Amino acid sequence: MNREIAVVAFAQTDHRRTTDEFSEVEMLMPVLHQVLERTGLKTSDIGFTCSGSSDYLAGRAFSFTLALDGVGAWPPISESHVEMDGAWALYEAWVKLQTGDADTALVYAYGKSSPGSVRDVLTRQLDPYYVAPLWPDSVALAALQAQALIDAGATDEPALAAIGARSRTEAATNSHAQLRGSVPQGEYLVRPLRTGDCPPIGDGAAAVVLAAGERARDLCERPAWIRGIDHRIEAHGIGVRDLTDSPSTRLAAERAGAFERPVDTVELHAPFSSQEVILREVLELDDSVRVNPSGGAPAAHPVMAAGLIRIGEAAARIHRGESDRALAHATSGPCLQQNLVAVLEGDPR
Amino acid sequence: MSTILKAPLTVEFPFTRSLGPVQSAFLTGLRERVVLGVRAGDGRVLVPPVEYDPVTAEEIRDLVEVAPTGTVTTWAWNHEPRRGQPLGAPFAWVLVRLDGADTALLHALDAPGPDAVRTGMRVRVRWAEERSGAITDIACFEPYDGDPVEPAGHSGEFADPVTGIVAPARLDYTYSPGRAQTGYINALAERRNVGERCPSCRKVYVPPRGACPTCGVATAEQVEVGPGGTVTTFCIVNIKAKNLDIEVPYVYAHIALDGADLALHGRIAGIPYDQVRIGLRVEPVWTEGARYPDHYRPTGEPDAEYDTFKELL
Ligand SMILES: [Zn+2]
Repeated sequence: MNREIAVVAFAQTDHRRTTDEFSEVEMLMPVLHQVLERTGLKTSDIGFTCSGSSDYLAGRAFSFTLALDGVGAWPPISESHVEMDGAWALYEAWVKLQTGDADTALVYAYGKSSPGSVRDVLTRQLDPYYVAPLWPDSVALAALQAQALIDAGATDEPALAAIGARSRTEAATNSHAQLRGSVPQGEYLVRPLRTGDCPPIGDGAAAVVLAAGERARDLCERPAWIRGIDHRIEAHGIGVRDLTDSPSTRLAAERAGAFERPVDTVELHAPFSSQEVILREVLELDDSVRVNPSGGAPAAHPVMAAGLIRIGEAAARIHRGESDRALAHATSGPCLQQNLVAVLEGDPR
Repeated sequence: MSTILKAPLTVEFPFTRSLGPVQSAFLTGLRERVVLGVRAGDGRVLVPPVEYDPVTAEEIRDLVEVAPTGTVTTWAWNHEPRRGQPLGAPFAWVLVRLDGADTALLHALDAPGPDAVRTGMRVRVRWAEERSGAITDIACFEPYDGDPVEPAGHSGEFADPVTGIVAPARLDYTYSPGRAQTGYINALAERRNVGERCPSCRKVYVPPRGACPTCGVATAEQVEVGPGGTVTTFCIVNIKAKNLDIEVPYVYAHIALDGADLALHGRIAGIPYDQVRIGLRVEPVWTEGARYPDHYRPTGEPDAEYDTFKELL
């Protein structure tokens, strides 16, 4: 079976440094309501629900089960969860729709980084034998990758600063973004990366609705058809990899059909400026392509939702008629360890 | 609206893990000041060693000793070391390809400043004084301008191999329960039990979490419930929990407070454990200065009729 599946709606919170006044479910619920409202669907109409989040962010065990209160899980629903970015929850939902078991899916993701220290929290995803006992934080690992790129002559510090600045300038028109307009490049966090090269730390949530075939056309004037989607992973040992390259992204893009025809819009999940340099190279993007019109991860980076937001932003541009063929990318793990690529298209106009 | 509650929360646990033959040899080697790699199917020597070939996924265990000297393949200057990191003073994170290895090991480099570090520089292992068979047996790397140290060709067999590691994990948070639960906890401190009513199905949830799990809508209307309630089910606990000052056996129960549509959890006392029953009427007991009920005790009322709580089982 090969069904046509589309993103038919997208919603996200305003991403902010802290959201003490909300529990996770309180932060998430308005987004779920918005995305359903956009399609006219009710919870009981949804065939499959899948979410992405991580307990380590807020320090709460089984937090995804509590977040389900915002979905309305009675009578029982068909539901699943990935302890990953919501882009991978979307992939699982896409597979579920491909099987024909469901015609619609609700995918959501959320992350509250504000209660803890996200740089330290992310060390807990590393190899527990050789790496995690050294507590190398997420900025340090990205800085090793940035230095490898500088040594290879692929970029330099001013070029990296320009990436962050361009992203935040683009974000000036994105009311959801956490950092907008001109932001100082700041001091080194871990050299060669400065504050301006790193994503903001914040809380946020996002949700999309997927639908198959004619159902998608009923729910959305111009569905964003998923023409291809694929994800790949590289060796967990970062010393085994060539940090200046991303073969997993290239392979995922190939399998998703990204190179068959040019795209007009790209949403890259590159939390660190140096990672955009690598992704542009492997995805063969030149200056004719609009990269991260939303501002991308340098403008808002709710961990676990930022990748799903890339797919949502790309789809929303197709919904609005601002794009005909878009590429969305999501990443997870240190130094672009895991990568997902989706190619989205609108019906011809 | 009252101020949102906040409190420090530390999540801490010893991550106890067993080792396979390759990891055991590598970490035992560090204890004995020997660095071991593993030869992969394509002939490359991987350091640190892995148990499965990254290309073919075949199991590999052909151990090869490599030198404690090597070359920096990339680095990053860390001017503000964080808790748990190898050195307390500013240092460089480095990936080091040890002489004889084809892949790089992540660790810290002790150097006076960023100007003293570059890709391609030569370094050597500085061993920790006390070694137990862990990656931290390498205290750090240090600059080295001598000749490569020839490895002795260790077989990877050790008399007293390390078979496990304990990797302590600790994360610090400032926890906030959000609006709905702040309201609940603040009311408890005033010896009141409050829930929130769903605007759609009209059910009252205690403790409130800000959403109706049936309808998936926000709840906001606060409703006082109890103080009395009915035991809807219970169990008898016979195992004493660590640091818990309660004699076993004791009874742990679901209690439907009057006016609530969801039972909450509580301990039952003031009655022999073998006389607790479904339908028993109970009330909270507050101890001096406590912010929540210590336990629930029988009210002495007749047991509740089954029909009054059957929806709450
Ligand atoms: Zn309800």
